[in-house]
Amino acid sequence: MSDTFKLNIDGQEIEVPKHYTLMQACEEAGAEIPRFCYHERLSVAGNCRMCLVEWQGAPKPIASCAQIVGDMRPNQDGSAPIVRTAGPYVEKARNGVMEFLLINHPLDCPICDQGGECDLQDQAVAYGRSSSRFEENKRAVEDKYMGPLVKTIMTRCIQCTRCVRFAAEVAGVEEMGMISRGENAEITTYLEKALTSELSGNVIDLCPVGALTSKPYAFNARPWELRKTSSIDVMDAMGAAIRIDAKGDAVMRILPELNEEVNEEWLSDKSRFVWDGLGRQRLDRPYIRENGKLRAATWGEAFEAVKAALAVNPDKVGVVAGDLIEVEQAKAALDLFRSLGVKNTDCRPAGAGYGTSGVREHYILNPTLMGVEEADALLLIGTNPRVEAAVWNARIRKAWLWGDLKVGVIGEAVDLTYPYEHLGTSAADLDKLASSDFYKILKDAKRPMIVVGERALCREDCLKLSQTVLKLSQDVGAVVDGWAGFGVLHTAAGRVGALDVGFVPAEGGLSTADILGGGLSTVVLLGADEVDLSKLGNAKVIYVGSHGDAGASRADIVLPSAAYTEMTATYVNTEGRVQMTTRATQPKGEAREGWAIFRALSAVCGKPLPYDTADQLRALLRGQEGEHTVFSGRGYAPGARGVSALSQPVPDVSGAFSSAPLATPVVDFYLTNPIARASKTMAECSALASRLDTPVAAE
Amino acid sequence: MALRRFDLEAGGDSFSFKPETEEKVAFWRAKYPADKQRSAVIPMLWLAQKDNNGWLSEPAMREVADRLEMPYIRVYEVATFYTMFRLQPVGKFHIQLCGTTPCQLRGAEGLKEVCTREIGKQMYVTDDKRLSWEEVECLGACVNAPMVQINDDYYEDLTPETLSQIIGRLRNGVELTPGPQIDRVNSAPEGGNITLTEPALFDGSRNSVSVLPNLPEPPPAPEPPPEPEPTPEATGQPDKSAPTNTDREEPSSKDIKE
Repeated sequence: MSDTFKLNIDGQEIEVPKHYTLMQACEEAGAEIPRFCYHERLSVAGNCRMCLVEWQGAPKPIASCAQIVGDMRPNQDGSAPIVRTAGPYVEKARNGVMEFLLINHPLDCPICDQGGECDLQDQAVAYGRSSSRFEENKRAVEDKYMGPLVKTIMTRCIQCTRCVRFAAEVAGVEEMGMISRGENAEITTYLEKALTSELSGNVIDLCPVGALTSKPYAFNARPWELRKTSSIDVMDAMGAAIRIDAKGDAVMRILPELNEEVNEEWLSDKSRFVWDGLGRQRLDRPYIRENGKLRAATWGEAFEAVKAALAVNPDKVGVVAGDLIEVEQAKAALDLFRSLGVKNTDCRPAGAGYGTSGVREHYILNPTLMGVEEADALLLIGTNPRVEAAVWNARIRKAWLWGDLKVGVIGEAVDLTYPYEHLGTSAADLDKLASSDFYKILKDAKRPMIVVGERALCREDCLKLSQTVLKLSQDVGAVVDGWAGFGVLHTAAGRVGALDVGFVPAEGGLSTADILGGGLSTVVLLGADEVDLSKLGNAKVIYVGSHGDAGASRADIVLPSAAYTEMTATYVNTEGRVQMTTRATQPKGEAREGWAIFRALSAVCGKPLPYDTADQLRALLRGQEGEHTVFSGRGYAPGARGVSALSQPVPDVSGAFSSAPLATPVVDFYLTNPIARASKTMAECSALASRLDTPVAAE
Repeated sequence: MALRRFDLEAGGDSFSFKPETEEKVAFWRAKYPADKQRSAVIPMLWLAQKDNNGWLSEPAMREVADRLEMPYIRVYEVATFYTMFRLQPVGKFHIQLCGTTPCQLRGAEGLKEVCTREIGKQMYVTDDKRLSWEEVECLGACVNAPMVQINDDYYEDLTPETLSQIIGRLRNGVELTPGPQIDRVNSAPEGGNITLTEPALFDGSRNSVSVLPNLPEPPPAPEPPPEPEPTPEATGQPDKSAPTNTDREEPSSKDIKE
């Protein structure tokens, strides 16, 4: 028996694998099949009937999404079955389906937010009748509450159940369902509770009609008015592909774009709904603190003040880079401060013990985000991917659900939406791992994957921990030819990029904890709001950032910089994948891109940097022609290229593990950075999440 | 069918199965393997409804979900899909009145009027908490149309008068006899049998094998016995005859006595 099957689709002979659905086969043949309920990443429901095609000899039209090609049989004479995706028969069938779908649809397109990007609207134009024959009353459905993000107009629902399947399969929270039946069928969450998923916004994209729409975006804009810009998200370290839709100077919404290797087509709620934070709490001009109060200043005044503040012993100056720093700013700032003789530079959280060895593979996610689908055993150490990289967590769930991934966790025992073996809560449990059953699973696995949370490497015992985990990776065969199974999961979008440009203490320099520990005369914060600023003492604080948050309120001089939607900048995600954002709107007021601030400052300080444009700066990062640097390629993750570096012998580190439990740095998923903290939507989500202490489901 | 929603207020906060039900719960759960326990959801909901005075409250549904380790929404979907799971309180005697075509043709409309007059609107529970009614789809007793189901028993071949009488008895706690309310046994003809009346059909005399095919020599056929007079069991006058189903088990009579 061959694994392929011959079909005759629209007169074209085509051979496809037997597990294909007829819809896939038709698309292979170049035909376009309309659909509502079918979605590539969800299970097949087959309930909208829009994808009907004609199979010659079959008594009825065939729902192509639910027909497996391997189940079809050839014609009586043995020739390939004849399938037609167009023609009067198919048109009549789809016309009938469309007529039924529209019977209870309100046709309120003029006031519907989906208007202009609605599958039902488009397909009604293509397949529908010109007018309605339905004279009875339409049914109406009560709108449901689904939380602060998803707005429902349930009368528009056509019961495709994509949202139900998404919640159950991808998001892993079985909270949505279809209740009652027949004409009374309704989509709802259980007793209209808010969705508790970090991915709930994706049901808005999935909904083929206007039943589930974005609550914060409601009635704000029409799709054709929006300027669409492809960019990269910075809310977590994944670097998901996004499309920023802007009108005038404001970002109106953020949508996911397809990047199979990073976010597939999903986006976390924080990334999707953070945009209202881009218009609030913005630093739109320089400020200088005088008599305890910040007053607006010109750039010239601010630069003079900064110059004065930096005119001290360079050893008394410290620079801390924050979570959202872009590579260009990190590079320009580092170049400037090094030329001023400053050694105290750091981009890592307090207590970090990684990133100084010069081995890039020790701080990136070598197995890659997509690699988890190849892996057959996964050990998570001190990380909660559900809040640290929500979209990746859905991919782990996918690998568990459709594959046979086995997961073990050392860290907090939280609901990850998939079952796992809990192997302990503290680093000391790593010592016990070797005698556990899960060790055997790791050892027997073909592609074992070991992921350490970045915060686990920011503890007293981090050197011991990283050495132990590296050794473990080598022992269980996670580092073999073609598979680098050891990785670090970061939470900050800017961290890997800043580490890649070397934003760590120079020889003899102080690290974050010491810079912030008091004793310095000047501290420069590059958007660093997630650090403890309470011990700075009398130090003069210069804050460069986009939002008025913890850093700006402590600052003596504030230099406004652009946010991630307002600049074309380079970010490196947790896998070491170099990606670029694109400017979608102008920076607010007098704000400038971070690198340009330091270029201008360097001239004021008399040490001009050797680049005048961002392109020159990036060319410098890329290196000479033929030279290979981290930044010479874009868009790919190094992955298994790291095997040789990871298979180096690991030096022994003495000492014992601390008994402190391994915790995630993400205390509140919705409020992890200054942009999110400025967002009303995120504040609402956070307040709701903290109230939802009663679990909604038994599972 | 109206919108079906849980009566959250009447449902209270908690529910637990009665101790004597646990055996039945165990019986149903034992039918399914450990990883497929959710297959028991419908019988479990049914037991919960029985233990909750004939309706399924939200805590009762949650109890079932917790026991079967199912997400609440999945059980909620089942509970709302099947209209026999009632999500609002019902009376001690809940009348399900069949209104589908055969019953309708035989006078179910008149029965509905009786229920509305004597009880109230559908799903309304009388003040003494004894009675409520609803119209349901075909209960499968068309041959005895029109009919109602009261708790677990069928009351068939009704007229507005007999139904009104039944409702009165339920209200006053008087014993009732389920089954046809006219002179007939189950679905046998009214007024007694009119076919298959020959005693020879029943006295065993025809049981002997007369001819086996392909036998070389067929034995001689026995003489047929003389035909006796037909003796009808029922008189055709319902008021004057005793009920013919007295030996039937009557679960509802206990309820009535208490």
